[in-house]
Amino acid sequence: MPFLEIKDIYKSFGKTEVLKGISLSLEEGEVISIIGSSGSGKTTLLRCLNFLETPDNGKIFVRDKVLFDGENKAALKDEQIRENRLHFGLVFQSFNLFPQYSVLDNVMLAPKLLKKGTNDEIANKARKLIEQVGLTEKIDSYPCQLSGGQQQRVAIARALAMNPDILCFDEPTSALDPELTGEVLRVIKGLKEQGSTMIVVTHEMEFAKNVSDKIIFMADGVIEEIGTPEEIFENPKSEKTKHFLQNSLEKI
Amino acid sequence: MFIDVVINLFKNFLVTLQLFGFTLLFSLPLGLIISFGSMSRFKPLSFLVKVFVWVIRGTPLMLQLILFYFGPGLLVSAAEAGGVDNAFVDFFRKLNMADPLVTAIIAFSINYACYFSEIFRGGIQGVPKGQQEAGEVLGLTKTQIFFKITLMQMIKRIVPPMSNEIITLVKDTSLARTITVYEIIWAAQDYIRVDGLLWPLFFTGVYYLAFSGLLTLLFNYIEKKLSYFKV
Repeated sequence: MPFLEIKDIYKSFGKTEVLKGISLSLEEGEVISIIGSSGSGKTTLLRCLNFLETPDNGKIFVRDKVLFDGENKAALKDEQIRENRLHFGLVFQSFNLFPQYSVLDNVMLAPKLLKKGTNDEIANKARKLIEQVGLTEKIDSYPCQLSGGQQQRVAIARALAMNPDILCFDEPTSALDPELTGEVLRVIKGLKEQGSTMIVVTHEMEFAKNVSDKIIFMADGVIEEIGTPEEIFENPKSEKTKHFLQNSLEKI
Repeated sequence: MFIDVVINLFKNFLVTLQLFGFTLLFSLPLGLIISFGSMSRFKPLSFLVKVFVWVIRGTPLMLQLILFYFGPGLLVSAAEAGGVDNAFVDFFRKLNMADPLVTAIIAFSINYACYFSEIFRGGIQGVPKGQQEAGEVLGLTKTQIFFKITLMQMIKRIVPPMSNEIITLVKDTSLARTITVYEIIWAAQDYIRVDGLLWPLFFTGVYYLAFSGLLTLLFNYIEKKLSYFKV
């Protein structure tokens, strides 16, 4: 049984079907990148994993544990949803740091409120994570004093503070100036080297190629193609994939 | 003479301040509850709350004061005429006997709570959805998200409109004299009636100015205190 298994996820918003039967699996320590054009359902899939959206149907397992079963989703209580969420971390496109808290407090807030240890333990761990994303000097700064790239690195530390099994990134560099994307991507690459399991929705093709074990190309709510970076980027089988890659790798 | 008037007016300004203080004390939490009601996903509740806010904001505060002043007595005499007497009637009987200041505090609190509720609603809905979602994916409960994440950002957003409304309240308190609350304006009018002195009435402006000046300084201080972060 794989680390994460998603079976036949469906999701509609009103009459618009956004996810039309998504299935995929992920082993511990693997990194999957999801690519595809806007509106293909990439973000919705991540939001379903983090229970920000409830799928209409399908199943989600982590380490053999059923987190979601479309057949009895009504039984899902708030408390269970919160517990399920802790298996996943999510880094947002727009960072969503808490503006009224310093860098350190942003990272410490959730572990403190959910009593994940003594104050000292939590603070020590937060300091380590902040060091890991290279922001020790900014530990007492507030989000409004940081660049976008720095804010996103804090957001990564904040997500890691809750020890998620799987860390999800929703276009983590799309809101950044081009010269700031590198610092964020380097942090994500560092996490891969430490063996973190990650799902990255991205438009950075070069990055996806270098860091991923598997690439998923999504189009119109289905997984159009899945394979190793070589398979997808060198030998795409589907016409849609070829077309998408041609457009996104086009040099102007 | 001048000193006497100043002291006497000050005594009555304390009544004004009581009305102001108790109204704030009750209307702030009540306003928050009303704002939650109007944002409720349970449609009948949010509809009822919105109608209530519409009625309160849509009619003069003076009318509401008079209703709260005479309403309980009318209800009680109607009930007595009909031979009805229960805990409910007794409650209105007590309300009817209450000090007019208490009646004024009740009417003012309800009225201001409705205005505050709309400011709160704007403040809460103005906090980006991403803030709540960031809290949710970290596994926080709705209560934790509200008190630890949303509330502070909301407070920062609502300080300017709230300071407006609160300074208006300082001056609105003078309406309470219509239901015989012996506050500063009424005391000043007594000088016209009894001593034929007009100037004390104008002099009341000094008290209002001083107090609203104090409040302005306080709000500036709060704004400055909250300027360490941006929303």
